Order: sequence, then C-alpha cells, then structure tokens
Amino acid sequence: MNAYSPSSRGPSLETTGMSKTFGALKALNDVSIRVPAGSFHALLGENGAGKSTLVKCIMGFYTPDKGQLAIDGQEVAVRNPREAQALGVGMVYQHFTLVPALTAAENLVVSRADAPAVIDWRKERKALEAFLERMPFRVPLDRPVSGLAAGEKQKLEILKLLYLDQRFLILDEPTSVLTPGEADEILGLLREMAHRGEITVMMISHKFREVEAFCDDFSVLRRGSRVGGGKVGAVSTREMAAMMIGDAVVPPSAARIKSPKDGVTLEIAGLFAENDEGRDAVNGFDIKVRAGEIVGIAGVSGNGQTELVEALSGQRPVKLGQVLIHDRDFEPTRDHFDKFKVFGLPEEPLKNASVPNMSVAENMAFRRFDKAPMARLGFWLSSSPIRAEARELIARYNVRTPSPDTPIRDLSGGNVQRAVLARELSGDVDVLIVANPCFGLDFASVADIRGQIVQQRNRGAAVLLVSEDLDEILELSDRIAVMSGGKVAYITDAAGADRTTIGRYMAGH
Amino acid sequence: MSDAPAVTSPAPVLQPAGAEATRSDWVERLRASSEYVAIPVFAVAVASALFALFLLAVGKSPADFIAYVWRGGFGTAFSFQNTLQRSAPLILTALAVAIPARIGLIMIGGEGALVLGGFAAAALAIPMIGVAPPMLTLILMAIFAMLVGGFWVGLSGFLRYARGVNETISSLLLTYIGIAIMNFFVEGALRDLSNPNKPSTKPLGDAYMVGKIPGTDVHWGFAAGVFLCVLLYLLLERTTFGFAARVTGGNYRAALAQGLPVGKLIVTCSAIAGACAGLAGFFEVAAIQGRANASLAAGYGFTGILVAFLARHNPLVIPPVAILFGGIVASGGLIQRRMDLPDATVLVLQGLIFVVLLTSETLYGRFAFFRPRARRDRT
Repeated sequence: MNAYSPSSRGPSLETTGMSKTFGALKALNDVSIRVPAGSFHALLGENGAGKSTLVKCIMGFYTPDKGQLAIDGQEVAVRNPREAQALGVGMVYQHFTLVPALTAAENLVVSRADAPAVIDWRKERKALEAFLERMPFRVPLDRPVSGLAAGEKQKLEILKLLYLDQRFLILDEPTSVLTPGEADEILGLLREMAHRGEITVMMISHKFREVEAFCDDFSVLRRGSRVGGGKVGAVSTREMAAMMIGDAVVPPSAARIKSPKDGVTLEIAGLFAENDEGRDAVNGFDIKVRAGEIVGIAGVSGNGQTELVEALSGQRPVKLGQVLIHDRDFEPTRDHFDKFKVFGLPEEPLKNASVPNMSVAENMAFRRFDKAPMARLGFWLSSSPIRAEARELIARYNVRTPSPDTPIRDLSGGNVQRAVLARELSGDVDVLIVANPCFGLDFASVADIRGQIVQQRNRGAAVLLVSEDLDEILELSDRIAVMSGGKVAYITDAAGADRTTIGRYMAGH
Repeated sequence: MSDAPAVTSPAPVLQPAGAEATRSDWVERLRASSEYVAIPVFAVAVASALFALFLLAVGKSPADFIAYVWRGGFGTAFSFQNTLQRSAPLILTALAVAIPARIGLIMIGGEGALVLGGFAAAALAIPMIGVAPPMLTLILMAIFAMLVGGFWVGLSGFLRYARGVNETISSLLLTYIGIAIMNFFVEGALRDLSNPNKPSTKPLGDAYMVGKIPGTDVHWGFAAGVFLCVLLYLLLERTTFGFAARVTGGNYRAALAQGLPVGKLIVTCSAIAGACAGLAGFFEVAAIQGRANASLAAGYGFTGILVAFLARHNPLVIPPVAILFGGIVASGGLIQRRMDLPDATVLVLQGLIFVVLLTSETLYGRFAFFRPRARRDRT
C-alpha cells in the first residue's frame, strides 16, 4: 500500500515546448510552463484556449506531438493516466468521480490500485483514521457519498488524491460546484499545504477573485499558446483579462432602461417536481416575475434548479403546483408556448435545444415549422421559407456557419447558442426562461448573449434567469432569489444585494 | 418584433456568393454525403472478404459462390424476377425498421408483425371466400393485415413511451408471441383438416390471390413496397410530421422543450412500421403461400433489419439494397444444390455483413477526405 507518508513532498513540474494538433487545429503550440515545488499555480484561459489539452497531455490522456514533461527536474514520459498516477500526479475533475452509493471510507479504499480482493475493513479503518489525523480537513467516513454536501465531496476528492500519495494536484475549476464560503475554505487549506511544501497545486480557473486570493503565480493560454504569466499581484485583473481575450472585441453590455410594462406576468406557485431518483427536487417553489423584470435564481448546483427549468419547459412532469401567465394556467405544450409567447434558452443548447445532426436552418425552424409559411396546407414543409428565414437570422444574430445547411453540431458552442437565441428571441417574447446561458462560452459571446437577455427585459418580457454563476446573476437581475433544497430560501432586490448574505443562504443556513 | 438587431457588426461573410459558390457548395455536399455510400460499400467488401475466407476454410471456391449468386439471383430474366419477388417482403420489413429508426427507436419486431399480419389476413378471408368479391376481400385483407401489424409494433412504441420499456427487447419478444399466436390457431381452431401435411389455414383459392404485375412474373407486393418507400420518404422528409419525428429522434429533450407531442409521434411511427410489415405478411399469404402457416416465419423480418441498416434507414435506398439481398436469398437453393453447402451458408454471409456494418458505424467522421473544406479551414 502506497498511502500517505509524511516524508512525501510536492514535486515541481515543467513542460517544455509542448505541442498538440488535432487535424488542422493546433490545440497546443509550444507551451512551456514551470510550476515550482510547493507553489499554487493558476492556469487561466478562455474555453478552447488549450487548458484542458495541456492538462490531458500532462495526465497522459493525450500524447503530445512535441515537447517534454519534467517532474522534479527529471524528464518523464507519461503514456497513460496510470503512469501519471505512479509519478504522483493526480487530478480533481470538474464533476465528481466518487461512487455515490459507497461511503467515503469505501470510496477511498477501492480507489487504490492495489485494493485487495478481500478487504480487512477493521485494519483499513484504522489506517484511514491515522491518515485523516494528519490531514488538515476531514470528512465523515461512514455516510454514503450521495448524502455529503458538495463541499465535503470536493474535500473527499482531494483527500483521495492525497491518500493515493499524489503530491502534484491538478484541479479543474474545482469551485464551480461550491458556495463562495466552501470554495474559500478549501482553497485556503490547499494553499497552506502547498506553502508547507506538502503538495504542489495547479488550478484551472475562470475566477480572478480566487486566483488573486490564493495563487502564487499564473500562466495564461490563448489559442493554444502561452501568452503571459508571472507572479499573481504583479499585474491587475484587467491585464489578466486582456491576456485571455487578446484582440477580440467585447461589446459593452446593453444598458437597462426602466421597463415599460407592469403587473405580474409569470407566477409559479407551490411547484413540485421529482428528480430522476424520485425525490422532490423542486419542493414547493414560489416566485413571481413581473413584466420587464429579470429575476435571477442563484444557488449551488443540485438544489433543484435543473429540475425547475425542465419542469417549466416540458422536459419533466410537474408533480404538483401551478404556473400562471397573465393569471391564466400555463402548461408546457406547444400550443401554450405559442399562445403565451413563452421562450427558453436552456443550458447546454446542443443537448437541450437543438438536434445536432439537423442543419442550422432546420434547427432555427423548430418554433415555426408547423405554421405558415413554412408549412403549407398544415402539413407540407416548404423549404424555401425555412432557408430564407435562416439566412436572415444568421445575418442578424451573427451566427458563424459555413452555410445554413451545415449540421449544427459542426458549429462552435457560442454559435450554437447564438443560433438557438436567434430562434427563441426573434419573435415576440412575453416570458423568457433562461438557464446558465453563458456556460462554456468566450467573453465576446457572453457579453453578446447577456445583452440580448437584457434587451428582452427592456422590451417588457418577464425573464426567469437560473444560473450557477453568481456574478452573472448579480450583473443581470433586478431581483435575486436563492434556491436551496428545492425552494426559494431568500429573495432580495439586486440593488444593494449582499454577496455574503446570498452565499449564506446558498449554503442552506 | 422590430427592434431585434442587437448585433452591431455585420455578419462575417463565410458564405461565398454567386454561381461559383453554389457549385462548390454542391461539391462539398456531395463530398460529405459520399461518406454514407463509401463506408457501407467498404463494410460489405470486408464482410465479403471474411466470407471468402470462411468458404476457403470449408474447402469451397468463393468464385463459384459469386457465380452461383449471379446465376441464381440476377443472371436470367427468370432468376431476376424471382429475386424481385423475394425482395418485396424485404422492402416492407426494412421500412418497419427504418421508420422507427428516424424517431430514435430500434424496432426489430418486423417478423412478428409480418406473421400476425399474414395470419390475420388469412383468417379474415376464410368466411369471405366465395361470398364477397375477390377485389373487396383482398383490400379488406390488406387493411386488416396492416391494422394488426400496426397494433403489434405500435404496442412496443407505446410501452417505450409510457413505461420506458426498451423497444428493441419488447418488439423482439412480441415477435415470438406473435408467431406463437399464429401457431396456436393454425394448429387448432383454424386448421384446415383436409391438409394432413402441414398445419395451415384453409387455402384462399386461385380466385382470391393477388396477381402479377402485367408482363412480369412478379406479384404486386414489389410495386406496393417501392410505392411505400417513396411515400414514406416524402412523409419523413417533406412534411411537418416527419420534421417533428426527426426532431424527436435526433434529440428527445429538445423535442420536449419544443412541446412536440412525442408520445403520439412515437406510437404513430411504430404503428406505420408495423403496418408495413403486416402488409408484407398479407402479400406472402395472398400472393405466394395462398394460406397462413409456419412458412410465414421465414426470417424476412430479420433480413429486413439488415437491409434497413445497410440503407442507413433511408427509404429511397431500401429497394436496391433489398433487391441485392433478395438475390442472395433467391440463389440459396442453387448454392445448396450445386456447391453442396447447407442453406444456412447464406445466413453466415448475412450475419457477417451485419456485424461488419455495425462495426463500421465507428468510422464515420474519421476521414478528413469527407469533411467539408470550410470546416477544415476553420480552427
């Protein structure tokens, strides 16, 4: 058993001239990064900048075309993740990799490569207790992981790496599932461990606040190349952002005006909906959204937000409760979507709002294919209006596609989202349901899409915005509600909203 | 809404304009779609090569085999008409797989719907023979066969939608139940006691049989199959129903979010599929066998699965593929006699093609040659 021994130290890691191409795409271009032993390094970059590719080359998921990897000054060849593990390099992924039905203790023991066929639990328990004694944080060992809070799960993921004696930790956006409080606690502890020399950390992050508060130095990737880096604190956040974006133009966000209409447009009363396991994930949810208002729903992921949006958009049955639009009953059917002018921008549009192997033009016609002029005599599809409309929307919403006939799966994430946005927002919108609209998009697309949402609000639409990004909620909302345990735990006007208070309610206190 | 254009900069022109652009557009599309021809052809070639090895291993000549398939299936007017005749049920049972495939279901219950449809037609005919005019009887038989077949596969679709039962498994199991139901009646209540050899229903008699297409030896089932292929192609590609079905099949969650009636769509597509297979059963009874018996379960429903996959579930491609397989089936007897091979040999070939074909699915998108230029240039 190669469990934690106090003598292990965090190694240094260095890549030299690492390059990787996929087809014609240069995903990594001559990237050299040095992470000294016992330091906390931030890897910054937009989506598609090559951060994941770099990390996957280090972890042995990919073999780089060129370039070397050195650990503690020794050049090493990592051909697969098992070899990386043997060298003491471990990774915490964005999403949990624990087995939910097993306890923390079981998860730790089975993760070991040398776990015996018959496990002597008494002996293992003693060893685990001894191991946790030396750790700066601990988790309950005997509860199934599914019952742990997100912060505890994340701690357990990190403990798992330490238990396997992995001293170079790569964290891929580790705080996206945590409350601000939990994030600060875990990053703070990791930083202390690094500074004691016990571990070395490389963290992929989008959040400048965390980078500034916890990291020692940083590297910025853009389009596969390293474009900058240095000591954290030596450059301003603005300069870091400039390195990430390069010369891309970010349009200013749309100004909000005083909304023209008044009165409640969307009202959700006592909504219940079950998650896939049959538990009430949405558990008596109430909210009123006025015309010309954006209500932001904040919350740690897994508190029923996904189920709420699915229930409102017809992807999940409503168990109990009412949805009223203009004081009339709304049900998520095609008739009602049209009658009440309800539109939606779901998260992950390729998964929720488009058919990957249908063309851009067809995907843009989803709302109107069964109405004139696209449908003649009520059933015969006529392709020229479909194409014509698509050409117009493509131009108006700046969708970059080789042609309207290209399958939508060939478009980049931002362009898929823009295509869906064009379809959903080009009509007359009364109610708009938005979920994590900017997840995984680059700065320019983000600004563009947020601007469109604000514009709908200005036009008098009632907008329900569900997002895991608290900054997005704070930027866009008129009012903010915190969703916890499937219902609204706290509601406040956005003007004067306090991040700490929101964070406290997000954590469920 | 009139104030929508929120995007300040004009759209970057990635679409070339003018006649030249239209041509290169066309070339690109051809290039992209040629993948769907090249890979199945390649798969059939690999399967044939494996089958040749198999033949060599049992000491037979692959060249002889090809020669006999040609002679027995395509070489003469007689053998080619025989092939067309045999391809008729394959076209219809392939449709029974291709239509549900477009809505995302893998239905393999064509055999059961064929058997039950054929049996239902025969059973309906028994009291009408000699009473009702032949034309009316045949039309009613065909309709009844389609209804029964449609119900049978529609049931799998309903179970899928309402209860989440895997449609592949349920349609396969319903096939066995369907065959058992037919056997139950054919060996019991509806058995023709004057025929001691094989348990069958009473014969329809020549007056109540479907005729041949004028000038050929091929029954009308072939024409009906080709006609249905065109009709269902139009239904899928050119109607709002087909569009909704393709959305549902391509992304179920997106279909729900668009408020499409997915349950109705799934059950309707399944029922259309069953109706096609039921019609195949009708033609087997009313054009070939003249009665319902165990010969209905001749495996056409299963070969139809292979035809549909090879045609990539495109109704317009089904007829040529079905003719190819009809020829292989038709030459089975000749091969058995002349090459001294058991008739299961043909099944070995079909099985090899199917396995290689399914494996070849992983090849799509792997060859840069088939990718449109525009996409390759974009990084």
